[in-house]
Amino acid sequence: MKILVCISKTPDTTAKIAFTEGNTKFDENGVQWIINPYDEWYALVRAIELKEKDPSTIIHLVTVGTADAEPIIRKALALGGDEAIRINSNSNDSFFVAKQLATVAKEGNYDLIFTGKETIDYNSASIGSMLSALLDMPFVSLANKFDCDGNTATVRREIEGGEETCEVNLPVVISCQKGMAEQRIPNMRGIMAARTKPLKVLEPFEASATTSIKKFDTPPAKSGVKLIDPANMDELVRLLKEEAKVI
Amino acid sequence: MVIVYIDQADHQIKKSSLEAMSYGAALAKQLGCEVAALVLGTVQDNLADLGKNGAQKVYHLKNESLNTLDVKVHSSLIATAAKNVNANVVVFAHNINGKAIAPAVSVKLEAGIVTGASSLPNTENGFVVTKTVFSGKAFASIQIETPNKVIAINQNSFGIVNYDHNAIVEELNIPIPASSIKITKVEKVEGEIPLTEASLVVSGGRGLKGPEHWGILLDLAKSLGAATACSRPVSDSDWRPHHEHVGQTGIQIAPNLYIAIGISGAIQHLAGVNRSKTIVVINKDPEAPFFKAADYGVVGDAFEVVPTLTKAILKMKSTA
Ligand SMILES: Cc1cc2nc3c(=O)[nH]c(=O)nc-3n(C[C@H](O)[C@H](O)[C@H](O)COP(=O)(O)OP(=O)(O)OC[C@H]3O[C@@H](n4cnc5c(N)ncnc54)[C@H](O)[C@@H]3O)c2cc1C
Repeated sequence: MKILVCISKTPDTTAKIAFTEGNTKFDENGVQWIINPYDEWYALVRAIELKEKDPSTIIHLVTVGTADAEPIIRKALALGGDEAIRINSNSNDSFFVAKQLATVAKEGNYDLIFTGKETIDYNSASIGSMLSALLDMPFVSLANKFDCDGNTATVRREIEGGEETCEVNLPVVISCQKGMAEQRIPNMRGIMAARTKPLKVLEPFEASATTSIKKFDTPPAKSGVKLIDPANMDELVRLLKEEAKVI
Repeated sequence: MVIVYIDQADHQIKKSSLEAMSYGAALAKQLGCEVAALVLGTVQDNLADLGKNGAQKVYHLKNESLNTLDVKVHSSLIATAAKNVNANVVVFAHNINGKAIAPAVSVKLEAGIVTGASSLPNTENGFVVTKTVFSGKAFASIQIETPNKVIAINQNSFGIVNYDHNAIVEELNIPIPASSIKITKVEKVEGEIPLTEASLVVSGGRGLKGPEHWGILLDLAKSLGAATACSRPVSDSDWRPHHEHVGQTGIQIAPNLYIAIGISGAIQHLAGVNRSKTIVVINKDPEAPFFKAADYGVVGDAFEVVPTLTKAILKMKSTA
């Protein structure tokens, strides 16, 4: 089986969110970068677990990013995966990115394409769904359990107020979330091995962007907390009813 | 024309879809065009009533097989329907199904898409949609450059508007492609309010010390008719089910009221709840970071404060 895992670089979860150039660009000053947690903890690790069960499995990683994404892709390779592809673009238009990934996916003839459920920076949750449309493959979103038997995948996914298990034939695109796999950290052997794993760099394929970011804003700060005497919960109830009007 | 995809669960139209309907109607008014709803599958609701939420027309593709989601099937039907009725803007709720379908529809319509939209677009100069980014820590204004457009509106960010007309219902006749997904099991959490649809949420953290202490939280939730949530360590330790985990790596929610009990307010937790309209924090540590993000705070022991609050709510409800 051949698996493609889509990897994205995102700011660390504690990064200060600020903007520059007249609020048109994310301020990368002092920002630590990580593998998008959904891509790492769930998509990549589940692929690795599948390879541990069936060593003939081949895992390729792909990212759309400029040279500064290389430490991230190397870190992903340290966790597992056989080789990586980086498409040299820093676009943040979902369609453009999906088109790049789809081109790689088509050429590589993968049985399984894993993405994270969304990135923690743009929160668009769009890439998996777009990829499935571009590749004309079925798509199962928000998967929290995945197994494969021959050509049939069994996937459990989140639905409104519960979960649903389904069977679908490969090839298929899956977006992954909590539950898929146990988090792990790279070990020394993995880190050493990652240094020599192939990392191919491709120039972006022809595609047009469909959106552009005009500006960023940060939400207005809260005006300050109103403290209520713990002995006087009637007062809290009154405020929630009459001032906040939420109950 | 603006067309709004109406999503359902268990034959019932979802609240988030009614919000999307009202959003679509407001957008159509702004653009000076018509607005219709698109319903796939069979629902119990009277479809003409979608007029009350702003629809002028309802297009209905009535077929049992569409009651469960197959993104490939749903997205191709929605794209075909949009083309057939000449819709150039398609609106979705940014809920579980909307997130799965909308991007595929945008590819099929060659439309630029903004998901997680937080307000109506600015159409004075182009078509600029504001969305939440960085898990609610910022907003981005995004210009859609293509003639066709897809927008998925955040849950609980656009109120349901009431109109006093009914919609005209028209059945659509589009051949339905075979599904490649076979559902083998459905597990629903009985009697619980889905977290993402809830307007009131009560949430607990490690401060509650163990699963055996959740009773006071559940009582409070029950008194309010609220859904329940928790912090990540709580679900990681299996004190509560995973689907209750909110935060950057869990679910992001934006209820009208979020009550946090014994949660410190770590940045990754706040990322999942900071869009809530009103936040109440109950914590025994006055220095807990959560107080900085709160509207109302109670410094005290949860084991005393929470039962007192529940009593106060029941008292208010019985006199109201
Ligand atoms: C990459 C990454 C992603 C993460 N994602 C998430 C996420 O999605 N969601 C999330 O929640 N966390 C997430 N975390 C973890 C996060 O950093 C915090 O560790 C976590 O939110 C803390 O949970 P807590 O507030 O329940 O526990 P604690 O931080 O231990 O806080 C417990 C609080 O309870 C209070 N308390 C104790 N006893 C009482 C009492 N009797 N009455 C009242 N108050 C009391 C204490 O004062 C304290 O403030 C993530 C971390 C990382 C590194």
